[in-house]
Amino acid sequence: MRVRARFTKLGKVRFVSHRDLARIWERALRRADLPVAYSGGFSPRPRFHFGLALSVAHESWAEYLDVDLVDDIDEDTLASLTERFSAVLPMGVDCTAVAVVPSIGGISLQEAVTSSTWSIGLDGGSLDDAAAAVDALLDAQSVFITRERKGKTVNDDIRPYVRSLSLDRSQVGCDRADCAGAGCEHVPDDPGVVLRAEIGTQPRTLRPAELIGALGPMWRERRVVRLAQWIDHEDGRQEPLALPAGPLPWLRTETCAT
Amino acid sequence: MSSVWPRLEPLLSRVERPARYIGCEDGAQTPVHAPHKAAWLLIYPDTYEVGLPNQGLQILYEILNERDDAVAERTYAPWTDLESELRTHRVPLFSLENHLPAGSFDVLGFNLAAELTYTNLLNCVDLAGVPVRVEERREEHPLVIAGGHCTYNPEPLADFVDAFVLGDGEEVVSEINEVVADWKRSGRTEGSRVQVLRRLASVPGVYVPSMYAVTYDGPRLVAIEPRYPDVPARIEKRTIASLEDWPYPRQQLVPLTEVVHDRLNVEVFRGCTRGCRFCQAGMITRPVRERSAEQVRSMVADGLRRSGYDEVALTSLSTADFSGIEAVVGGIMGLDDNITVALPSLRVDAFTVGLAAQLQKARRAGLTFAPEAGTWRMRQVINKLIREEDLYAAVDGAFSSGWRRVKLYFLTGLPTETDEDTLGITELARNCVAIGQRHQKGTSVTVSVGGFVPKPFTPFQWFGQNTVSELERKINLLRNDARKSRGVQLRWHDPKATLIEGLMSRGDRRVGAVIEEVWRNGGTFQEWTEHFRLDRWVDALANAGLSADWYVHRHRTEDEALPWDHVSAGLHKDFLWQDWRDALDAVGLPDCRWTPCYDCGACTGYGIEHVVASAVPPAGGSQGTGQDLSVGHVVPVSLLGRRAAPSEPVEVGST
Repeated sequence: MRVRARFTKLGKVRFVSHRDLARIWERALRRADLPVAYSGGFSPRPRFHFGLALSVAHESWAEYLDVDLVDDIDEDTLASLTERFSAVLPMGVDCTAVAVVPSIGGISLQEAVTSSTWSIGLDGGSLDDAAAAVDALLDAQSVFITRERKGKTVNDDIRPYVRSLSLDRSQVGCDRADCAGAGCEHVPDDPGVVLRAEIGTQPRTLRPAELIGALGPMWRERRVVRLAQWIDHEDGRQEPLALPAGPLPWLRTETCAT
Repeated sequence: MSSVWPRLEPLLSRVERPARYIGCEDGAQTPVHAPHKAAWLLIYPDTYEVGLPNQGLQILYEILNERDDAVAERTYAPWTDLESELRTHRVPLFSLENHLPAGSFDVLGFNLAAELTYTNLLNCVDLAGVPVRVEERREEHPLVIAGGHCTYNPEPLADFVDAFVLGDGEEVVSEINEVVADWKRSGRTEGSRVQVLRRLASVPGVYVPSMYAVTYDGPRLVAIEPRYPDVPARIEKRTIASLEDWPYPRQQLVPLTEVVHDRLNVEVFRGCTRGCRFCQAGMITRPVRERSAEQVRSMVADGLRRSGYDEVALTSLSTADFSGIEAVVGGIMGLDDNITVALPSLRVDAFTVGLAAQLQKARRAGLTFAPEAGTWRMRQVINKLIREEDLYAAVDGAFSSGWRRVKLYFLTGLPTETDEDTLGITELARNCVAIGQRHQKGTSVTVSVGGFVPKPFTPFQWFGQNTVSELERKINLLRNDARKSRGVQLRWHDPKATLIEGLMSRGDRRVGAVIEEVWRNGGTFQEWTEHFRLDRWVDALANAGLSADWYVHRHRTEDEALPWDHVSAGLHKDFLWQDWRDALDAVGLPDCRWTPCYDCGACTGYGIEHVVASAVPPAGGSQGTGQDLSVGHVVPVSLLGRRAAPSEPVEVGST
């Protein structure tokens, strides 16, 4: 049986690396006392798989983990897992949803996910400067950047990866997944420039830092938050695992983020 | 006090491994500060990765936070990249729990486990915004206190540390806290700093260097004496009678980022009676105090459940000597197949390998043994009484049970060492490779060689350390010999760093000027090869008019005043001197738990005896010493739970 968990990475834990997060989950899975499958060999490791990596210092409302279990678990146990995982994860890493997913024939999360939505805070210019930069990038047929790949410097056209890009002038700054919209109380005093971007992840992902670089040399990233990951299908797109509807009053992130 | 987090956060994106500065570990406390609570910042003056696992710091952290009149937070030395950001942006050193400025605490409490961290202590004090020298501090500055093994020669840091604490911290930390909390409640008024230090000087186990006058005669130290009648002439270390009463840490910190010894650690006993003459830890932590097997089992089970670790280390100076070892091992193996048990200080014998085989079902990557010297004569000198056949049996056991690598630790530059002794190291290693080849092709044995540094309160405290060139010569002998030996891989420590470790191990108060100058010239993280530079030390010694020959390479005489004579680890100086003479005669001294008492002073001085969980000698018999345990001995041990009165010795080994 394969179980998929969705979780956050918010606040101080944003400085934890992907590798460290894997170790944190490894311990959490043992503490949650689940019948986790182990790899064989000299160093047996629990069998779990992350989706796309998140850069150190970036935050997220939508990280995913698939865990293979040796025994099936019942509905009640499944329903209790979000709470059980959160209790054994550090502040800022909260499990927000859990579901059973097909383990045979299912493709890996990393292959399945086709795009991510980001909130990208920027320093280095005014709202108008940002609007101009966004328009210039969207108007371009192709936008080449140089980046390192497998030790080689390559020139890549990143324009096809930018599915949407806009300056968030209305709901600036609030990136909570359960944002109440009008009247939202989480807007910071000085949100500065905040972009909303949907970035393609296939065949390889475009990193937010690379997108910022493509906007121009003056821009420096502030708060960067992944809001969602998406899987395309014929009728549109869906999240690997959606959040439960409504506000998330049990989130512990506020205490660690401050 | 307000958090520096908003100012720190933007800097963290620019530094390596920022997760080490955020706190948030499992087991981290959320202390609430208050005017009546003394606020401690516990500091390990090395990187987070090295310092976080330190059990001493974690024990004090919990004990203090359990008190109503104390709070404790932690910090570690920021790496050079963050240090430079902090200095550029004028952000002070901060605590990890609430990210409060270090200077706003009442106490900066350092754990000193290695001499090469001394310059980091100065750097941390400076980053806290506190003057590095004791005499420049005022009432608004925290008290700088240090504990840990290095405090058995406190003198090199005497100008920078307000108070040193000797020995076990579990009890004395509360006594110090009461003095500090009083000081805080009284408003730390003008002139109160010297009073609080005077009060601390009368707490047993606490040494306040500014209350003592030092006299010299040329390069020679004459005496270190109290300036006031109420200040003790001799400071005795603190010793807790029962480890069982202190089952700490109860909630070991589980870091979010990888650290050294990243596993559950459970201390099974403190102290050691083996009497290895080079080993300061074994001498200064006597007597032996064991936990019961039952308590160890429950600490392991609770700790694994709470932490999610899949590895537990049973820690002590020689864990296979723990008298409850088999009971504990049986208990742990019943818990979970995927749990690995580490025995970090393996004894060299087949029993130990059998034990390790039982414990490490999976992951048999490497086993490490520490014969310490290459010939039997040399091992008698250092009193590490391992016979060659014990080592070969252990190595044979390791390779036949599926371990693929064996690592051997040795010291070079030992007293009376000849080239034959030195080359005995590679000889032993070659024989181990040959044994391994009976079981596997391409066997390799890694030999790790360190230069010997004589330490205070050991029989070798009078020995003149080998010079850098002598150590380099010996290492070259080994390198040439190892090159000719298939399967022997040699690693060695830099003799230059060994020299400086020696300088601080046995230096006196005048060495402080050298430490300060090296720090002022940027010499931090000296135990990190990439940051160590000998020329800084050589220049600073010259500027201070001091000589490395005098402090490091000179043999000391029996009548000479030693810089640590005014502190006491409980050991009689005449016992140590006799042991030194015995060493020079290559006479070994068997484990005192199974022989009559040698009156080293550690037990009698504190009215405590070796406290063991079983009257039967540890499984595995003589443990490589060749000592005959088959006949009954009357030995002065107390049994946990039913402590024998000194007049009722326990019959041992008669079953």
